Amino acid sequence: MAKSALLKSSLGKKYWMALTGLFLCLFLVGHLAGNLQLIFGTDLQFNQYAYFMTSNPAVKILSYLTYFSILFHAVDGIMLTIQNKKARPVGYVKNNAAANSTWQSRNMAVLGTLLLVFIATHMVNFWAKMHFSEMPLQQQTVSQPIPMTNEKIDVVVYNTTTGSFIAQQQVEGGEFEVRNNKEFYIKGSDIKFAEGYKDLYKITVDFFKDPSYGLVFTLFYVFSMAVLAFHLLHGFASAFQSLGANNPKYNGLIKGLGKLFAIIVPLLFAIIPIYIHFIK
Amino acid sequence: MNLTLKIWRQKNAKDKGQMVDYKIGGIEPDMSFLEMLDVLNNELVEKGDDPVAFDHDCREGICGMCSLFINGEAHGPDRGITTCQLHMRKFKDGDTIYIEPFRAKAFPVIKDLVVDRSSFDRIQHAGGFISVNTSGNTQDANNIPIKKHDADRAFDAATCIGCGACVASCKNSSAMLFVSAKVSQFALLPQGRVEATERVLNMVEAMDQEGFGNCTNTGACEVECPKGISLENIARMNREYLAASIK
Repeated sequence: MAKSALLKSSLGKKYWMALTGLFLCLFLVGHLAGNLQLIFGTDLQFNQYAYFMTSNPAVKILSYLTYFSILFHAVDGIMLTIQNKKARPVGYVKNNAAANSTWQSRNMAVLGTLLLVFIATHMVNFWAKMHFSEMPLQQQTVSQPIPMTNEKIDVVVYNTTTGSFIAQQQVEGGEFEVRNNKEFYIKGSDIKFAEGYKDLYKITVDFFKDPSYGLVFTLFYVFSMAVLAFHLLHGFASAFQSLGANNPKYNGLIKGLGKLFAIIVPLLFAIIPIYIHFIK
Repeated sequence: MNLTLKIWRQKNAKDKGQMVDYKIGGIEPDMSFLEMLDVLNNELVEKGDDPVAFDHDCREGICGMCSLFINGEAHGPDRGITTCQLHMRKFKDGDTIYIEPFRAKAFPVIKDLVVDRSSFDRIQHAGGFISVNTSGNTQDANNIPIKKHDADRAFDAATCIGCGACVASCKNSSAMLFVSAKVSQFALLPQGRVEATERVLNMVEAMDQEGFGNCTNTGACEVECPKGISLENIARMNREYLAASIK
């Protein structure tokens, strides 16, 4: 009897494409919910969210699972495509494929490759900055009453993860120093006083509003979301079929949900750079 | 009807092959597509040329021998039929018709439009059967109650004639519709359940070894299948394989 080959067989590869694909669909929902704070939230809320996403251990596990899924989905997809190309060494002179299948179902590899380019660009634009480069820290202007008078003065402060404020003057004046791009230490000591929020909000807004490349990237991001829409238009329902979930009773529901998902999620993602570039 | 035919000519398996143009006249709309090719071949033979080799047998849509990729579709533009059931009334006077063999690494061309589909036979040998004693003491089939729903599904799957249109239409040259029909017709019946685990593992392994591509759920096979075999069968095979794998 043949052994099962859950990794190597043609069917096994389908399961993995489907599982990683569906997991990435879940990731999209989470990522979208977070990113929509760029439109509906304050800068502090968004930066707190970004801090949570880079520090919470449970999120860390999910993020590694996401990296793994993207890589596996891509590598598995490339391997499948190579095998599939080899399965027909001589092609047709005339092939009327449009008569029996949708355009997106026949171009998942092209769409996927474009998405991989987008993901790499997107990670260089934001993820790498957040993780590896020097970032501005979240600041806020607060009105401080001057003691013994009725007057108030505007003070620029850093928000910190403990909820307390550190005035910019305290850092400039030498009371505190910033280490590791985000930690406030009492100057000259090893005493960590608090941690600031990296201002990813400002980085994002500046990026899409940049006078030289802001428009180009806005267009690139919107285009990539259109690519995502087509990828999902086939991929979402296809994953269910690959996992064996095909029942005439529910097929309409799965296909309908897939279409809704494929239109709504990329559309909401695409609105974010448009909103920042043109409206904010 | 007067037609221009662009036909794939290939002397043998090793020949490179090429499309050759033929002009043909006097075609009746009521002729079947194969009869039209018969007319062409008569003319070629009269001229002393090599007739176009193509597969055919029953000419009534049940044997699965006739193949042909006509104007970019397996068995031509009509739905739910084999090439022998395709009639010339589907074409217009003056049309140009492309006629190519089914293309897949696992279906090598033998000559002209004839391809070797014995890879399907080898997949069948790997598990497309049930092991029962047929030497005269077979039990009456109706002694085992089977739900009408399941019996119908099994019968639908069993209508697969193994023509290979699914492979020819699939952009990946995947044989999954064929294999899943064979797996399903047995998986749905109690007689087939006995060997279900071995069957699906063995048939999928045989399919992969033959060099067919992987299914990406484009659904082209289901549309082009002359017997309307449903994608449900592929999903069932996916379930069967998964269940067999973790057993």
